[in-house]
Amino acid sequence: MGKKRTIIQALSAILCNANIKGFFTGQIYTGATKSVCVPGLNCYSCPGAVGACPIGSLQTFLTGLKFKVPYYVVGLLIFFGAVLGRAVCGFLCPFGFLQDILFKIPFFKKNRFKGDRILRYLKYVILALFVIILPFTFKLTPFFCKYICPSGTIAGLLLSAADPRVRPMLGNLFEQKLVILGIILSASLIVWRPFCKYLCPLGAIYGFFNKAALYRMDLSKDKCISCGKCAGVCNMNIDPSRTPNSMECIRCGECVKACPAGALVCGFIRQDASQKKSEEVV
Amino acid sequence: MRKNIPALILIAAGIAAVAAGICLDQHTDVLAKAIRICMECVGIG
Repeated sequence: MGKKRTIIQALSAILCNANIKGFFTGQIYTGATKSVCVPGLNCYSCPGAVGACPIGSLQTFLTGLKFKVPYYVVGLLIFFGAVLGRAVCGFLCPFGFLQDILFKIPFFKKNRFKGDRILRYLKYVILALFVIILPFTFKLTPFFCKYICPSGTIAGLLLSAADPRVRPMLGNLFEQKLVILGIILSASLIVWRPFCKYLCPLGAIYGFFNKAALYRMDLSKDKCISCGKCAGVCNMNIDPSRTPNSMECIRCGECVKACPAGALVCGFIRQDASQKKSEEVV
Repeated sequence: MRKNIPALILIAAGIAAVAAGICLDQHTDVLAKAIRICMECVGIG
C-alpha cells in the first residue's frame, strides 16, 4: 500500500497541476477543466492548476452579494465524500502529499502529545467560521483563503517566482500567510500531517463521510487478536480495532499492513461484509 | 448480498446536486473565479 499510495499521490499532484507552462510564465490556466473542482486542496491560482479548489469555490458562492445555494460545489463534495471519504486526503490531496514527503525527512519526531485530541476540533471551527460563517456574513472576502490557506501561499510563491511583476504586490498579508505556511511546513517535519489533523476544513468535510463511504475499512472481529499493532502504527493516532471508520482516518493503510492476523481490510467493501462476519461470530 | 445503501443514496444526492448546479449555470461561476488570479488566495489581498 505504501509505495502504491505514494505513486497515486504523485500522479494526482501532477494531474491537478498539469499546466507545466504556467510554472515558467506565471500565467494561470484558463481552460474549461477549471469549472470542475478537484477533490483535494489545490489552489486554483497555482500556475499549474487545471481544476478549481473546492473550498475556494464554496466560498465564492457564500461571499457573493446575491446569495446562491452552492448546489454544484456541495454536490461535488458529497460525491467525492460518498465514494472516497477521507481517502481523498490519503491518496489525492497534493498538500497532504507535500506533508507526507516532509515527514519522511529524518528529524526529531513527536507525533503523539498532550493536546492532540483537542486540537483536532480546530478544523471544524475553521470550517464553520472561516469557510462558512465569516464569508457569508461579511461577503466579498473568502476568509479561509485569505488568512489561512497554505496552498494559496504556495501559489503566491510560485507566481512571484515566475512573474517578477507580482513581487511588488506582495505585502503584509503575504508575509502573514508565509508565517502560517512556514509553521505548517516546519511542523510537518515533526508531526505527521499537522494541517490535515488540525486545520484542514476539506478534511473535516470528508471526515463526515468516512462511516458511509464506498471506500472503507472493515475489521473482522473473529480474526482480531487485540495485539494493538494497528493503533501503534497509526500516524493519525486512531485505534482501528475500535473505530476502523473514524472521521480522522485518511486510509493510508499502514494498519492493514501491520495487522499480523489479517483482520483489517481497506478498499471498496460492501457494507454488510463486517455485519456478516459479526453474525458468524454470534 | 446487500449494497452500501447510505453511500449510494449520498452519491445519487451528490449527482443530483451537481446536475442542479449545472442547470443553474453554477459551473460557469466556478470557472469565472478559477481562471482569474485570486488575490486573497495568493496573499496580495
